Amino acid sequence: MSEAPRFTEEEVVRYARHIILPMIGGKGQRRLLDSSVLCIGAGGLGSPVAMYLAAAGVGKLGIVDFDRVDLTNLQRQILHTTADVGRPKVESAVDRLSALNPGIEIVGHDTVLTSANAMDLLGGYDVIVDGSDNFPVRYLANDATQMLGKPLVHGSIYQFDGQATVFMPGPETPCYRCLFPHPPPPGTVPSCAEGGVFGVLPGIVGSIQATEAIKVITGIGNPLVGRLLIFDALDMEFTTVKIRWDAECPVCGKEPSITELIDYDAFCGIAPGQVPTEAEHGVATTVGD
Amino acid sequence: MVTVRIPSALRPAAGGEGRVPASGGTVGDVLDDLIARFPGLRGRLLDDEGRLRRFVNVFVDGEDVRHEGGLARPVGEGQEISIVPSVAGG
Repeated sequence: MSEAPRFTEEEVVRYARHIILPMIGGKGQRRLLDSSVLCIGAGGLGSPVAMYLAAAGVGKLGIVDFDRVDLTNLQRQILHTTADVGRPKVESAVDRLSALNPGIEIVGHDTVLTSANAMDLLGGYDVIVDGSDNFPVRYLANDATQMLGKPLVHGSIYQFDGQATVFMPGPETPCYRCLFPHPPPPGTVPSCAEGGVFGVLPGIVGSIQATEAIKVITGIGNPLVGRLLIFDALDMEFTTVKIRWDAECPVCGKEPSITELIDYDAFCGIAPGQVPTEAEHGVATTVGD
Repeated sequence: MVTVRIPSALRPAAGGEGRVPASGGTVGDVLDDLIARFPGLRGRLLDDEGRLRRFVNVFVDGEDVRHEGGLARPVGEGQEISIVPSVAGG
């Protein structure tokens, strides 16, 4: 702890504005360089999250996404360019992030996050940022991070509304299931593909997630633990409400009934083996896709 | 009279407004008053038995009503009620 942070000459310059910043300083920058973050999704939220974390010098930045860049993504997914249309998102993301900061390790996981691979994948990182676009992955990310004892920086968006919070592991701190015990059943909520999404919205919510990830890593400030930040782009208002720990929570409650990962498609009402149609997937609001 | 904040996804069903005044002595009364004027909100907020849907949270002055008596939670003059549905977009 007392050892002076060691930086290369380039790092001293690249991160100069952090290093001179009270609260972060050389110690905080060293923590960032020694940290690892996995960003779930390289879409609307994942774009600003990954770009700000790469710029900030998070030492190892993982991106997991299985999708390819589509022209409809470019209205908000600023990691990707028109020339990337058709490419795997993680390839496009790794190129963009490497160009931004070649001094960090950037790892692309071109795969679907599932109950079979989540513990291994998430287990390799210190902090997980959820920028996914569907309920099964959100509940999977929650349960896996609770079981692994890792912080989960949550963000989600729909139309003009955004939500962000931080779920920390540990006794009597809330998780995603304490906030929303059940997802909406398929067919009850219009999809984002149908409903649309305001392009700047993920930029704001994703930037908040990046802020919270950096705060968790460096230990500064008061992260959004036990608080849900609600952003209303139409009225340009931020509201914070309390999230209480639920003693009856099946994952983080006093007597957990879910102690290993489950079938999250089934939990979210998606039939086994059925690939969700756009409308059904849209219940989970396919914005990032 | 209380103020109910409507998320953008529900605004088309609530006359397009982000803040709607409503009256009632409990959260349930307030939602009933709202639904009486905007019937399209019923299915979005309540299940067939009239209970708050599990993926919709209601907060009174920042506190989740589920932990404070649910729909029976009393509300007072000037309080703000926020409807916060679960969203998954990214």
